[in-house]
Amino acid sequence: MQATLTMPRTPLFKQLTPFDWLYAVALCVGAGYAFSLYGNNMDSYEKGFLLGAAVVFSGLGWLWKPIRTLLIVVATLSLFGINDYHADLARANQAFFLKYILASQSAIMWMSVLFVLATVTYWISLAARSDFTAKVASALTWSGLTMGLVGLLVRWYESYLISPDVGHIPVSNLYEVFILFSIITALLYLHYENRYQNRQMGAFVLPVISAAVGFLLWYTFDRQAQNIQPLVPALQSYWMKIHVPANFIGYGSFSLAAMIGVAYLLASKGILASRLPKLEILDDVMYKSIAVGFGFFTIATILGAMWAAEAWGGYWSWDPKETWALIVWLNYAAWLHIRLVKGLRGPLLAWWAVVGLFVTVFAFLGVNMFLSGLHSYGTL
Amino acid sequence: MNKQTATLSRSIYELLSSMRFAISLLTILAIASIIGTVLKQNEPYANYIIEFGQYWFTVFQWLGLYDVYRTHWFVVILSVLVASTSTCIYRNLPMMLREMRSYRENATEQSLRHFQHVAEISGNQVNAHILTQYLDVQGYRYKQKQTGEHLLIAAKRGSANRLGYIFTHSAIVLICIGGLIDSNIPLKIEQAFGWKKIETRDIAESQVPAISRLSPSNLSFRGNVTIPEGSSADVVFLNIADGYMVQDLPFKIGLTKFHIEHYSTGQPKSFASDITIIDKKTNRPILSHTVTVNHPLIYDGVAIFQASFGDGGTRLNLNGWNLFDHAGTPFPVKGAIHDTAKLAADDRQYTIEFMDFRPFNIESLGDAKNTMHDTRAVLGGSAVADKKDLHNVGPSFQYKLRDADGQAKEYSNYMLPLFIDKRWYMMSGMRDAPNQPFQYIRFPLDPERTLSGFMRLRGIMLDRTRHPEIAQRFVAYAIPDAPADVKAKLIDSTIKVLDIFAQGGYKSLSAFIEAKIPAADRDQAAQTYLKILELSTYQAYILTQAQAQQPVPKMDDETGWFIRDSLNSISDIFFYGAPVYLQLANYDEVQATGLQLTRSPGKNIVFGGSALLVLGVFAMFYVRERRLWLLVKQNSVLFAMSSNRKTLDFENEFAQHQQDIAELVKGT
Ligand code: HEM
Repeated sequence: MQATLTMPRTPLFKQLTPFDWLYAVALCVGAGYAFSLYGNNMDSYEKGFLLGAAVVFSGLGWLWKPIRTLLIVVATLSLFGINDYHADLARANQAFFLKYILASQSAIMWMSVLFVLATVTYWISLAARSDFTAKVASALTWSGLTMGLVGLLVRWYESYLISPDVGHIPVSNLYEVFILFSIITALLYLHYENRYQNRQMGAFVLPVISAAVGFLLWYTFDRQAQNIQPLVPALQSYWMKIHVPANFIGYGSFSLAAMIGVAYLLASKGILASRLPKLEILDDVMYKSIAVGFGFFTIATILGAMWAAEAWGGYWSWDPKETWALIVWLNYAAWLHIRLVKGLRGPLLAWWAVVGLFVTVFAFLGVNMFLSGLHSYGTL
Repeated sequence: MNKQTATLSRSIYELLSSMRFAISLLTILAIASIIGTVLKQNEPYANYIIEFGQYWFTVFQWLGLYDVYRTHWFVVILSVLVASTSTCIYRNLPMMLREMRSYRENATEQSLRHFQHVAEISGNQVNAHILTQYLDVQGYRYKQKQTGEHLLIAAKRGSANRLGYIFTHSAIVLICIGGLIDSNIPLKIEQAFGWKKIETRDIAESQVPAISRLSPSNLSFRGNVTIPEGSSADVVFLNIADGYMVQDLPFKIGLTKFHIEHYSTGQPKSFASDITIIDKKTNRPILSHTVTVNHPLIYDGVAIFQASFGDGGTRLNLNGWNLFDHAGTPFPVKGAIHDTAKLAADDRQYTIEFMDFRPFNIESLGDAKNTMHDTRAVLGGSAVADKKDLHNVGPSFQYKLRDADGQAKEYSNYMLPLFIDKRWYMMSGMRDAPNQPFQYIRFPLDPERTLSGFMRLRGIMLDRTRHPEIAQRFVAYAIPDAPADVKAKLIDSTIKVLDIFAQGGYKSLSAFIEAKIPAADRDQAAQTYLKILELSTYQAYILTQAQAQQPVPKMDDETGWFIRDSLNSISDIFFYGAPVYLQLANYDEVQATGLQLTRSPGKNIVFGGSALLVLGVFAMFYVRERRLWLLVKQNSVLFAMSSNRKTLDFENEFAQHQQDIAELVKGT
């Protein structure tokens, strides 16, 4: 009886294993080492970020255990790759590990391959109702995520190798944010997969990541977009580093919700219904994902306004990109309210989420391609 | 208030605060917002007229589509949203506050039994103390109430969810109010009453009348001003519809210098203006500062941003080459960007309007439409690498040449020669209208890398009085041993070919062939004429070089190409549209910075509202409100739960509690 009284609410700290502590200590040591190396070149924001990163990633790892392994593997691979450069960019095409695995280009190619393989594998597992295959698909997704993160981190370092004044966080152009999008969507998906102990949704979510990968490959091979470009003055701002990732948590969540919406619509018509999770679960994932997306998109838009207030002379100028961000935001605000009205749930919401993807994609890509404005960010 | 108006206002209230209405509003606002992103906003009216034609231009103007986000109807939609959100808060606030405090301990057994989530759990050891202990552990707060023989425990968790609602929705209202303060709506009202008027004439700033000027105490504004190096400004211009207003500033801004730094790859690295704030009354400098993109200066409540840059009146020294005279020597022309100069040629008067100067061009035969360059664009973040390796092709300048009838053509000339197809040329671009691409004419350079060789050759080729001499030399060279009558005949033909070419280049020549020679023989004739033309031009070239005391050209590949290029160029000058080619000899650069100045007192309200919005949204999503009732009886517990959000988590939690409580009351 005493067990029941306490069991459901064991405080987080009491649940931690020695590995958890080791992980947190490793993070803090890493942060401390980085500080001792670069502390002199950091301003107070950067110091805050470094400390914040150690705390946030410790917390994340404690709350969702697989993050620990992910982070340790990513850190090891990235540090190995960075070290293998011997501060010479030319080694990207000479050193074995860099050339075939760890140079940012290679890592990103690996990420692409792994995500596409994962997509195929999820579908095979859905068709064959095979649990084992689904586990393989998960593993592939985790690996793709790992390589994507390694690719971005190594790319970050490479940009400084080009020249210290060129160096910058790799979230500054369309090529880089497409990688970010793939990574964030995969991470969000894996979170829901773990939380609902259900791997069938992967067959629907991974295709959107594969589509992003397809774009990335076209952008690389047709447009040579992979080259690192220096930052134009408007992008040399601290806001970029938080505005862009926050936006992509939003975009990733909305895309995920839309793909779950597709699954919902099919299942509600009886298609694949026996293979997919129950409708209530799909609805719940859709809601959670849109809630996360809405929260971060709100933050991102506000950060964007604060940045605009500093760079463009006004927090809101009705620039096409700003306006489309508002449209996306209003769209999901409407979605959230519909869910609160009795009798409007079900397929209508799923449809709305699917349409939301088109609105989101337009805000993300269409604005750059078809509309003009200060915010073109990256033309194709 | 009679009954009818009472029911009317009641139903308006109901409508405004209803959720379905809110959903429609959000959707309508989203759709209305699209318009302004599809149609470029706040362009000069002339552009719209060209794009849509007069009729649709007027219709769209009436609909306010050129400045959608400030039109009446858009502002009305926004105001309805504010009204609706406010009514919604007004309607829900008292209830929410009550809910946050209340435990609903007055629920009756009967009402509990009607809940969607209710369970009767029987047990033999029902102990209220253990149950409250359980609630403690689960993080619930509770209240107990004895109802008759039973004890009711009413518990709740996550009341802050309601605060979330209050925060989020008040934030919307707050942000809209902040935005309203910074919008130009007060100005619009002044315009509507005729207290202020926009200026549409292109006149000097000092001439703008008071009715189109705004005082320095104006609460909020956002305007632009261009300041050349060494000058200052004490106003900014607010672009409104098809005109502008002048905003007087409480101080003066002087520009000492504008800098651009570049990365080694050629992309811009920084734009910076060294400015000085100057006291308006005493004319004394108060403060010097460098404004860069992302780092504005805030002075006296006015934020000063780096927004663009352009030419501030660079002084140019030019060589004017008359393309149709026979002399082949240049005359000097002086000018400055944004200024005009007179030009007389071929007995006609022209005006040169100097538009823009660029100190360098990165391998693009440039055609920027604006003469001001935006420093704020993030476009340069484009990932697409430039496939060619970049290099600087040197300065260029743009001008319009306007004839006496007011017709103008636009030119863009490079200062330095360009190396194309292994040879050097001076390039000059021409276009009839700003929306067309430039068409380039290339003038070949002589072995000394100057234009003189070509210009002299051009002079003699266009001079009919010299053609007999050229023809004679050509014939003497080509058929030295032929009989005199054959020679005379060839001389005649050569003079004819030269004359025709001098009238309109290759075009006249081909028109002549088409008119005079039967179709079957045309190819043959064309080849013969070309040969005659090229060889006699070579003779003309020898002549001009000798006259200018230059070395005699050798008959080699280089000379051959020079002759062919020269003939092409001479042919092209008939389409150049101007009698004169202006070659940039040297310049004295003056840059200008474009600053944006804003005063936006609503900003802090908007950012405060934004903080509230984020807090509220996360509170609504991540603080789940749950209520729980336990009606404790002798041998059973009536367990009911409710929440303002029905989610899977709630279902699971209900199941979990039911199981836990069953275990607790069963005893061991
Ligand atoms: C831009 C405008 C608005 C935004 C961004 C917004 C945002 C939100 C959000 C995020 C939620 C939470 C949804 C959830 O938990 O699933 C919510 C709930 C709600 N909204 Fe809005 N809202 C807006 C306008 C309105 C308007 C105009 C009304 C009323 C006419 C309204 C009435 C409500 C109500 C009644 C709730 C439910 C509160 C509860 O039961 O706890 N909202 N809103």
